[in-house]
Amino acid sequence: MFEIDAKGSYYRDLNNKVRDAISKGEKEITLKNINGQYYIGDGLREKVSIIIEGVPGNDLAAFMDGPTIRIKSNAQDNIGNTMNSGKVIIEGNAGDVLGYGMRGGKLHVRGDVGYRVGIHMKGDKKQAPTIVVGGTAGDFFGEYMAGGLLILLGLDENDPRPIVGDYLGTGMHGGMIFIRGEVDEKLCGAEVGIMDPDADDLKVLKAALTDYCNDLGLNLDEIMKKSFKKLIPVSLRPYGNLYAY
Amino acid sequence: MFKSLAPPEYLATIDREKCIRCKRCIQNCGWGVYSWGGDKILINTSKCVKCLRCYHYCPEEAIEIKDNPTKFKNNAYWSFHHIRNIKRQAETGGIPLTGMGSDQNYPILFDNLMIDACQVTNPSIDPLREPMELRTYLGKKPSSVKIEKGKDGKLKLQTKMPPQIKLDLPIIFSPMSFGSISLNAQKVLAMAAKECGTVMNTGEGGLHEDLFPYKSNIMVQVASGRFGVNPDYLNAGVAVEIKIGQGAKPGIGGHLPGEKIPLEVAKTRMIPVGTDAISPAPQHDIYSIEDLRQLIYAIKEATNYKPVSVKIAAVHNVAAIASGIVRAGADIVYLDGFRGGTGAAPSIIRDHLGIPIEHAIAAVDDRLRQEGIRNEASIVAAGGIRSSADAAKAIALGADACAIATSALITMGCTTCGKCYTGNCSWGITTQRPELTARLDPEVYAERLINLLHAWTHELKEILGALGINSIDSLRGNRERLRGIGLDTQTLDILGVKPAGR
Repeated sequence: MFEIDAKGSYYRDLNNKVRDAISKGEKEITLKNINGQYYIGDGLREKVSIIIEGVPGNDLAAFMDGPTIRIKSNAQDNIGNTMNSGKVIIEGNAGDVLGYGMRGGKLHVRGDVGYRVGIHMKGDKKQAPTIVVGGTAGDFFGEYMAGGLLILLGLDENDPRPIVGDYLGTGMHGGMIFIRGEVDEKLCGAEVGIMDPDADDLKVLKAALTDYCNDLGLNLDEIMKKSFKKLIPVSLRPYGNLYAY
Repeated sequence: MFKSLAPPEYLATIDREKCIRCKRCIQNCGWGVYSWGGDKILINTSKCVKCLRCYHYCPEEAIEIKDNPTKFKNNAYWSFHHIRNIKRQAETGGIPLTGMGSDQNYPILFDNLMIDACQVTNPSIDPLREPMELRTYLGKKPSSVKIEKGKDGKLKLQTKMPPQIKLDLPIIFSPMSFGSISLNAQKVLAMAAKECGTVMNTGEGGLHEDLFPYKSNIMVQVASGRFGVNPDYLNAGVAVEIKIGQGAKPGIGGHLPGEKIPLEVAKTRMIPVGTDAISPAPQHDIYSIEDLRQLIYAIKEATNYKPVSVKIAAVHNVAAIASGIVRAGADIVYLDGFRGGTGAAPSIIRDHLGIPIEHAIAAVDDRLRQEGIRNEASIVAAGGIRSSADAAKAIALGADACAIATSALITMGCTTCGKCYTGNCSWGITTQRPELTARLDPEVYAERLINLLHAWTHELKEILGALGINSIDSLRGNRERLRGIGLDTQTLDILGVKPAGR
């Protein structure tokens, strides 16, 4: 276990310290007194584990390719921007535009997230990204989705807010969204189909949630007690008729 | 079936006396104009786009493609294209798409600017026998440099230079993605860039593994769709470009139609085969200059501080936007004028939004100078550079380098037919159909593109020689060596050039 005290550190110096520690072979790094530093973990490619104490700034884990980052509090915007592999676990809430253009790896959020989470997610046979959100999400959840897996749980039954905002999955042309509970059709883009998950879907869902529950100390059976809806694109070409050729 | 009331634009005709029924026109046409009728070639002229592939490959010169003489009644106001577009829209309810840069009859400022030359009182230079420097470095320049004498008596640069892209000539290739153009077309660009000491740009479509050998001559692009962007990709090239806008379609996003997304393209972009690849107009993580700064530095952190270019369309307020981009930390500001090409854009956008690149260069160069930050970033100008003269004028107006795309595609056979969005390019350039892309032999066409760059290099040197200067640096922003003809006072003022005769 290697510790870096980030109190008052400029992000560039902090990231250099992290890179130095990794190049010296450290596998587990704890960043203490983090207070809004941007770009933590950006572009890192080693399979290290980083624990963050304090609230990190925007663009954490952008273009990241391997590490596991655990944030023991809330986090801000743009986490996992175009991330390729690895994992980010957030024990609190997180902000807007998480997992933009994400290509692989996992984003596990215990609490709520903001707007435009999981937009432009990609995926193919070799790799696909997964985002699991324990609380609620804002508008444009899964916009332009082309691949991967988005799961929204709404675990706080006392939360009076709707589980998800408007424009759910607009422009979706690949991938899959699971939402715990019912989904109001009016919230979805025209290109989204709402259906009940079949046995294969449930396998995928359970596998993703088992990992999520392990990371955050939650009970899988409790979560699975409520039924899920599956959202997939109804057309590969939602805008196929837009143009006159 | 209801026959379209939009008449064909062109008439493909075959001289039946000359035709030997060799069927090469059938093989060569990517549009399906020709078919075999048992004893003769049949023609479906409504499919013809006048790309002239059949004309070039007809061994008997039996084919002629004419503009359709049966047009609507001549009308100076209601042009053929206005009427035709309305008819097409009435039939489909769709937005007419187009390819290439705008072909509309707007004033072309390049053609109203003349370059100076030396006579009697100042000597011109003979570039064939005297050294002439076209080397260009793109990137931030320090505002001052410190030089110290080392112990060995040699002078040494003490100032740490920001990263630079080294070019042997002030011309680079504009971004064109794998998807919008074929992999073979990208290879042509990469091979020519390597041979001529310049860079090609991947556009937003990822970097195919076949291009990795050329990576020291490649700039990679990150745009709103994030297609093909991973850590290997970001670190592969000499620089990373953030695409905000494109001159042909300012304010609207990229749209690669499903017809152009077969398996290879889908794999590189990580999206399903046959879907439309959408790069929306807004990058939803960039709503301000501060947000742009955030992405610029996220990329710098992930690439150990490679130079970052930001590409924008030339729009009305371009000078203030460019100033913001420079202050956000960009190393290069890439300006794309409204004549800039595209693989697919609604014609209504292409022909009516944006401003010419000439105005944009002058306005941005002025603004950055006034604010004392011109050294903080290089300016790359693009959007309809048709010749080395256009490039020289753009540089004299204030650009550090020019980017070309259409000119490069023309060396590969392009005839500017403007149907790039269909995926049927008979020259194998803007298509992914394997039988068509196979026509474009990268080695053969790379040589033609290299020839073009060599020719432009000679021409630029001749222009510099005539100006009596021996380095492209002395032309940069040197508007005193330009004169305007037939331009009004205000335009001259914006361009910062005097009228001819003054």
